[in-house]
Amino acid sequence: MDFTPDEDHEAIADAVRRVCADFSDDYWAQCERDHRFPTEFYARMAEGGWLGIAIPEEYGGGGRGIAEAAIVLNEVAKSGAAMNGCSALHLTIFGLNPVVKFGSERLKRAFLPRAAAGELHVAFGVTEPDAGTDTSRISTRADADGHGNYVVNGHKIWTTKALESEVVLLLARTDPRPDARFKGLSLFLADLDRDHCTIRPIPKMGRNAVASCEVFYDAMPVEGWRLVGKEGEGFTQLLHGFNPERILLAAEAIGIGEVALRRAVSYAKAREVFGRPIGANQSIAHPLALAHVQLRAAWQMVMLAAWRYDRGLDCGEAANTAKYLAAEASWFAADRAVQTLGGMGYASEHHVERYFREARLQRIAPVSQEMTLNYVAQTVLGLPRSY
Amino acid sequence: MKIMVCIKQVPHQDARLDVNGAGTWIQEENIKFEINPYDQNALEAALQLKDKEAGTEVVVVSIGPERVTQSLRTALGMGADRAVHVKDGAADGSDSLGTAKILAAVAKAESPDLIFAGFMSDDGNLAATGPMLATLLGIPHTTTAVSFQKNGAIQVERELEGGALEVVELNTPCLVTTQTGMNQVRYASLKGIMAAKKKPIDVKTVADLGLAGQVGADAAKIKIEKLYTPPKGQGAEILSGSVDEVVGKLVGKIKELGLL
Repeated sequence: MDFTPDEDHEAIADAVRRVCADFSDDYWAQCERDHRFPTEFYARMAEGGWLGIAIPEEYGGGGRGIAEAAIVLNEVAKSGAAMNGCSALHLTIFGLNPVVKFGSERLKRAFLPRAAAGELHVAFGVTEPDAGTDTSRISTRADADGHGNYVVNGHKIWTTKALESEVVLLLARTDPRPDARFKGLSLFLADLDRDHCTIRPIPKMGRNAVASCEVFYDAMPVEGWRLVGKEGEGFTQLLHGFNPERILLAAEAIGIGEVALRRAVSYAKAREVFGRPIGANQSIAHPLALAHVQLRAAWQMVMLAAWRYDRGLDCGEAANTAKYLAAEASWFAADRAVQTLGGMGYASEHHVERYFREARLQRIAPVSQEMTLNYVAQTVLGLPRSY
Repeated sequence: MKIMVCIKQVPHQDARLDVNGAGTWIQEENIKFEINPYDQNALEAALQLKDKEAGTEVVVVSIGPERVTQSLRTALGMGADRAVHVKDGAADGSDSLGTAKILAAVAKAESPDLIFAGFMSDDGNLAATGPMLATLLGIPHTTTAVSFQKNGAIQVERELEGGALEVVELNTPCLVTTQTGMNQVRYASLKGIMAAKKKPIDVKTVADLGLAGQVGADAAKIKIEKLYTPPKGQGAEILSGSVDEVVGKLVGKIKELGLL
């Protein structure tokens, strides 16, 4: 067992921290208020090579693992950028993982270098109004046109970054037979052709710099070579990305908790009531200490899960545990930050209300806490399945 | 052209500083360190020259314990070509002259055309090492550079009192110390960090440099007797009451002290 800090990890964290330091909380609050994508921030992260950190070197990326990607996203979140910063990058950093793992050489050459350079925004189109966690019910169809290409019809929701994106990683049904279920699903890296799709942002609680959208596909053509891997294996391919996705989201959640805690601590030291700083009161101090220990514990689990994933070891238990702990720790820290700042915590100018709204997201996305526990109950503890 | 950049690792600007048990320095355990901000500008100036002139080599030099490796790696990640790390307990406690002697020994071995150093360090604030180093090497120097140009000779705009600027010209080899804000310091990119792993850090001892017994705490002509935070409250009077009352009292005080 060796917990010596990794020199690379420290260098990566430090470099990303420096980039983020140029984007203040006020910048993020403004993007949030204006529902404006943080273009300047995205460009700066691309310039440093951070978007391509997990893309193989031969396709223009940094060739590093999930541990390094987690460190990048954690730093972004804890700079105060929170999910507005992370979601802007997340899909470029990790969304193309199925293409890296299963895509044809042509697909990789065409898109990975552009993504790594920050020239390609990618949306993620899986969820449908009638198919959330139960992905087998996906009804968006990609029908063969008889010339080796496809035509897509259907309706997706929560397609993050659809407004900015040139391409979408789209899960669609290529086998319409009712018993095909998961085996009838295929994955495409399709052009989000505005002549054949309608995009509507969904008004939502937070993270408004990055829109999540409803997308209606109307006979959208997709060329055959844009199929990722083999037909009928789309769901399995996505499954491979579930654990690393949980690890990254956990790292992001922890970052939000950390920035919320930092603000709460500095307020608790400075704010005096009855002639002493409020942080001297244990009713204030203990919850903040508790937030800290929970965040630290969750971070260790994130690093364990990432370490296992990067070595090709099974990481289902660790990734799900990390995601669960991180989401709870982040939410607790953000809530206590609002409580510590009191009325000021409710005011937008102190930013903790923004962290609070964004911390809430991690308890439902990319998968609910309940489904995470279901995984642990069934897969780790061997309890019978309820659904 | 070869450029040597002297960098010092200092406590991070956000680090919490406490006086150590002996009352002679700060407590250095468990705090974060970074490259002295003035030295970051020095490094950036060197890297900008390297960007302009093909074949330019940038060598960073630092003195200090193992933790200094991190700062050297950062400098290599930003684009420096190689590093020299004088890592030796015998260098501990060196004053500015001791530090300058060590750097001079490295410079003699490297023979750079140009040496950049920060105007001063964020922790010591002495602003002495750069000029001492130039003097030991017998080369011209100038300080507090706010802009820099190289058209054959070196042209430096330097900051003087009261916002005045002075332009000086120097022939190489020479030494220039840099003011903060002179340039926009670049960040290490992912590619830079990965490349830095393959760049050499040459580790040297005081004896390697032929300076045994000439540097370090025992040879230092300046010793820190005491480091402390001035006690609060002395000579200050806190006025209390409503705004009007406080203003009234303050005006009274100003008149009483004959300041108006």
